[in-house]
Amino acid sequence: MNQPLTLTAAQKAGPKLTAVALGAVLAVLIAMPLLHLLPADHALHVSAYSLTLVGKILCYAIVALALDLVWGYAGLLSLGHGLFFALGGYAMGMYLMRQSAGDGLPAFMSFLAWTELPWYWYGTSSFLWAMCLVVLAPGLLAFVFGFFAFRSRIKGVYFSIMTQALTFAGMLLFFRNETGFGGNNGFTDFRTILGFPIAAPGTRAMLFLATVALLAGSLLLGWKLARSKFGRVLTALRDAENRLMFCGYDPRGYKLFIWTLSAVLCGLAGALYVPQVGIINPSEMAPTQSIEAAVWVALGGRGTLIGPLLGAGIVNGMKSWFTVAFPEYWLFALGALFIIVTLFLPKGVIGLVRRRGEP
Amino acid sequence: MNTALHRILLLLLLALPWAAQAGDATDYAHASPARQAKLLEHWAAAPAPERLPLIEALRANRVAIDQDKTPFIEEAGGYRALEGDAEPVGTPKKLRLNNRLRGLLNTALASHQLFADDPAQRLSAAKRLQRSGKPEQLALLEQRLEAEDDPAVSEALTLALANLQLDAADPAVRLAAVRLLGETGAPMARVRLENLLADEAETDAAVRKAAETSLAQVKRKLLFGELLGQAFSGLSLGSILLLAALGLAITFGLLGVINMAHGEMLMLGAYTTYMVQVLMARLAPEALAFYPLVALPVAFFVTAAIGMALERTVIRHLYGRPLETLLATWGISLILIQAVRVLFGAQNVEVANPGWLSGGLQVLPNLVLPYNRMVIIGFALFVVLLTWLLLNKTRLGLNVRAVTQNRNMAACCGVPTGRIDMLAFGLGSGIAGLGGVALSQIGNVGPDLGQGYIIDSFLVVVLGGVGQLAGSIFAAFGLGIANKILEPQIGAVLGKILILALIILFIQKRPQGLFALKGRVID
Amino acid sequence: MKRRPLLKSTLAASALMLSGLFPFTLQAAETIKVGILHSLSGTMAISETSLKDMALMTIDEINAKGGVLGKQLEPVVVDPASNWPLFAEKGRQLLTQDKVAVTFGCWTSVSRKSVLPVYEELDGLLFYPVQYEGEELSPNVFYTGAAPNQQAIPAVEYLMSEDGGSAERFFLLGTDYVYPRTTNKILRAFLISKGVPEANIEEVYTPFGHSDYQTIVANIKKFSTGGKTAVVSTINGDSNVPFYKELANQGLEATDVPVVAFSVGEEELRGIDTKPLVGHLAAWNYFQSVENPVNEQFVGKWKAYAKAKGLPGADKAVTNDPMEATYVGIHMWAQAVEKAGTTDVGKVRDALAGQTFEAPSGYTLTMDKTNHHLHKPVMIGEVQEDGQFSVVWETESPVRAQPWSPYIPGNDKKPDYAVKSN
Repeated sequence: MNQPLTLTAAQKAGPKLTAVALGAVLAVLIAMPLLHLLPADHALHVSAYSLTLVGKILCYAIVALALDLVWGYAGLLSLGHGLFFALGGYAMGMYLMRQSAGDGLPAFMSFLAWTELPWYWYGTSSFLWAMCLVVLAPGLLAFVFGFFAFRSRIKGVYFSIMTQALTFAGMLLFFRNETGFGGNNGFTDFRTILGFPIAAPGTRAMLFLATVALLAGSLLLGWKLARSKFGRVLTALRDAENRLMFCGYDPRGYKLFIWTLSAVLCGLAGALYVPQVGIINPSEMAPTQSIEAAVWVALGGRGTLIGPLLGAGIVNGMKSWFTVAFPEYWLFALGALFIIVTLFLPKGVIGLVRRRGEP
Repeated sequence: MNTALHRILLLLLLALPWAAQAGDATDYAHASPARQAKLLEHWAAAPAPERLPLIEALRANRVAIDQDKTPFIEEAGGYRALEGDAEPVGTPKKLRLNNRLRGLLNTALASHQLFADDPAQRLSAAKRLQRSGKPEQLALLEQRLEAEDDPAVSEALTLALANLQLDAADPAVRLAAVRLLGETGAPMARVRLENLLADEAETDAAVRKAAETSLAQVKRKLLFGELLGQAFSGLSLGSILLLAALGLAITFGLLGVINMAHGEMLMLGAYTTYMVQVLMARLAPEALAFYPLVALPVAFFVTAAIGMALERTVIRHLYGRPLETLLATWGISLILIQAVRVLFGAQNVEVANPGWLSGGLQVLPNLVLPYNRMVIIGFALFVVLLTWLLLNKTRLGLNVRAVTQNRNMAACCGVPTGRIDMLAFGLGSGIAGLGGVALSQIGNVGPDLGQGYIIDSFLVVVLGGVGQLAGSIFAAFGLGIANKILEPQIGAVLGKILILALIILFIQKRPQGLFALKGRVID
Repeated sequence: MKRRPLLKSTLAASALMLSGLFPFTLQAAETIKVGILHSLSGTMAISETSLKDMALMTIDEINAKGGVLGKQLEPVVVDPASNWPLFAEKGRQLLTQDKVAVTFGCWTSVSRKSVLPVYEELDGLLFYPVQYEGEELSPNVFYTGAAPNQQAIPAVEYLMSEDGGSAERFFLLGTDYVYPRTTNKILRAFLISKGVPEANIEEVYTPFGHSDYQTIVANIKKFSTGGKTAVVSTINGDSNVPFYKELANQGLEATDVPVVAFSVGEEELRGIDTKPLVGHLAAWNYFQSVENPVNEQFVGKWKAYAKAKGLPGADKAVTNDPMEATYVGIHMWAQAVEKAGTTDVGKVRDALAGQTFEAPSGYTLTMDKTNHHLHKPVMIGEVQEDGQFSVVWETESPVRAQPWSPYIPGNDKKPDYAVKSN
């Protein structure tokens, strides 16, 4: 693997056509929320169901992209990205709960007979502080975790299992009522965001657009990083860390930066996810959720940036469709898909494109 | 005339014991639950040998009453009147029992069994009365103690009596009772002594002093039992973790396959146990008690075969691409779970402990070691030994080690690497199947069984050091014992969280696990 | 040739993504669509699958009698896969894409809380068939399971009675999530109001999927030396088997320390060898073993249905409380639609108030006029050797639900009728 597939693919396809294809997708994604604003009986009306569904998948796509940055480029397979996603979601959820509670305490707290907010809830009624938390909570956790992990040169599967233990511990912690995040029920029943009713078409459209913007921004950032010297060092790090060190690079800083960035992206995705699906609960931190995120990346094609987006879209799209079309048997189809992709498309779905493209 | 009168009198006399018993059954059948309880208390204090069958039938819940409230005993599909030879009017309905009546029946039964001919029966009755003796039984116990000639039963009776003698009027009797209780180390003795000492209930200074000494003695014994219990539960949890993880230590540790379907191999092993149990109940009910033993080889071969089939069809194409095995085995795991769900239903299936794995051994008054857990600890060690022998003392093991250490070199030396991979994967899966048999004896058997163990299994293997069997063993027992030390202090939930945090910290210290390969090899 | 693939793949991907949005919406005009929202995969499938089958059976039964308003009912089954956000998504889909008249579904509180905003926003109608912790009263939900005062409190009252063993010490054991925590909070307040000292109440929680109950059973034993003890278990589904196995193997019998469980019914007992558990208790509003003609017919129908459909384990099919609640809920809804003459949610809601139904529990159940909960009888059942329960105690008449438990401070100010939360 000499250079990121996207680069190759993009070079081969020519920047113009890639731009056109991406532009077309972007146009569709921007048009969707606008069409949602049309009256419900209009022929082109996009239903709230479709909008929230695509919005949810886009949030997952951001997670896949973030995971691809660390796994595809730096070779760090994280099985705990769900934790960062959920932390961002919880930070946003805290703000939304405060919004719906008004001056009082969030419903679940008054029910626990708490009379005042725990310290970590202070200031969450301010949107700005909540946004800071969205970045800080996953960012700081990732930074501290990464700092120690990379200092001890933990690699490969040891790293993966540690991240898994981390998200599992987080899940157990958030399940407790006493932790102060609503326990298993998590946060639901949001009403307003920045004063706008959360179920209003306008709010939905804005949230959707914000998600599209974040996705586009992350993709762009990922691209820039991958093309830069930084990206090449990362790839070198993935393929031969020791040789890189002999060349005089200190891999720790590189790893820590991309790791923290990836966590922050996940947190942002989580923050946009929560108001769109209307619930955040500790099951987002379940290890299986994080494994699934790794599956999206592997399915789409690791280290390609575009591939993971496809992977997240395909898996979640199929899930939504199968669970209605064959509710009893959809797991067979999904499982078979994973096996077939690994066996016949070693470079993921995106590899299919590339192989066909080769002469 | 005279003779006729005589005959009638004789008949009446003969019927007298019958009448007494008949009265009991009818009384009971007609009584309200509260009155039934009173009756039982009375029976417990004044046992009558001819009442024993009635109490036994009641305890076994085999007494039914018909429309006229005539009591019957259920026997082999029919009903026999408990008194006289009445025929049931309508279909008799079972007499209702509740826990209060069951408890009283147990005590009454024990009182009656004190008269049994078999010393073992008398002993168990005396032991039950140690726990549930009532003050009204004081006279009965004293009387039986005098009549008792078996030393073991005598001792048990003395103790049962001591429990009741704390309220005796004579300080000398109380003193003897207090001293005796001190030697038992029974949890109930502690409560009784504490009650005696609390609120100045005991006025005699000598008895108070003896009670204090006895209490300290009991507490010491209880603490010892508790610590022993904790150590055992840690070992037991460790052995379960080990059985769950050992298969993975081979498929993942040695072969490098990130085997997400490992949990499903455990699950399939457990379901095989269920199938064996069902089949044996149908085909060989007389040997049903030994179904776990039969299930062991069956589960091993079933899961090994499935594992080898998977290796042949899917995993062999993925060697050298370890991370992609994650994706494929995840897919396999989804399919296996749903397949079991479709075949067996989403609900748990019933895997019962056979007699020899039910119950436990009373080691100390406050310590019972369940048989299933003891057997599983032994079984875990047996499987470890077997695996070690297989890997270190056989040709196959040699080849497996050669292939995992240097695949190309092994191939050059003529080792059929493909076949070895298949066999090794089969071995790992088969061991997971054995683990499944063990797990079915302590927990539930359902489609999600494997999901509950997969994270712990990976933690064990990684903590021990990938590729190190010895590491997995230490990690499993270490985790089990650490868990059981933490749980009583801070609760199960925080304990689990803390364990995970400790694992993360530990890997910082030893990035290659407990048993890292030593050497200067660098990639 | 080299240029097209990326374009093609992006388009293909978006097509794939979009295809998920527009599922089949074949619709025949003369049917009424009914949504069934129960997890068929994932961790909750163990409990919810049989509710889906029960709902389908009930719908068949109604259709066989000519349907509702002369139209056949058409079930729409979806699988929310034990994934809470997916519940909200599927709920929205049922309401907006399939346009169902009513939905029967959810098991866990969190799944109900997840779909609730959707049903309130779109004014849908949801029937929730499982016992829960209360603290909720939505105009869009009808609760056919028990509120805490219809299950937990009578159970503890029974344990304190002479027949129940006059328990004076209580070990409250649960899985660490909202339902056990809330129920135990209510129970603690109740016990203290009955004069039980704090020292005689112990609360212990375990994580989800906990399977090692050695320490806890040892603690129960230790706790029980202090006086007549009862365990109140709110342990969640899968952890029950290891708990009961440990209990039996450590020799703790029901006569010493009875365990009363709120989440263990006939379905759960299918996975356990019940011989060592005889005498342990469960509190519900229905047991399969209750004897009356309606129940006989109900159980018979279910067994026949399971056999006819080839459901796994059909030879051992059992009914349980949430299944009965599903059955009652669907029939009540059908009656209300007949009464209202329409499936319009507002009118059906009005028609449901005061609706009655002769239920398999042997009682005529009434939907409360204001609070959307059923009046239910409370029964305490003892585990029998055959995996069934025998009823040892029951209330004289159905009890009205108190979704806002008076034992939680602040609830006295909550209105006893359904109000939209936003």
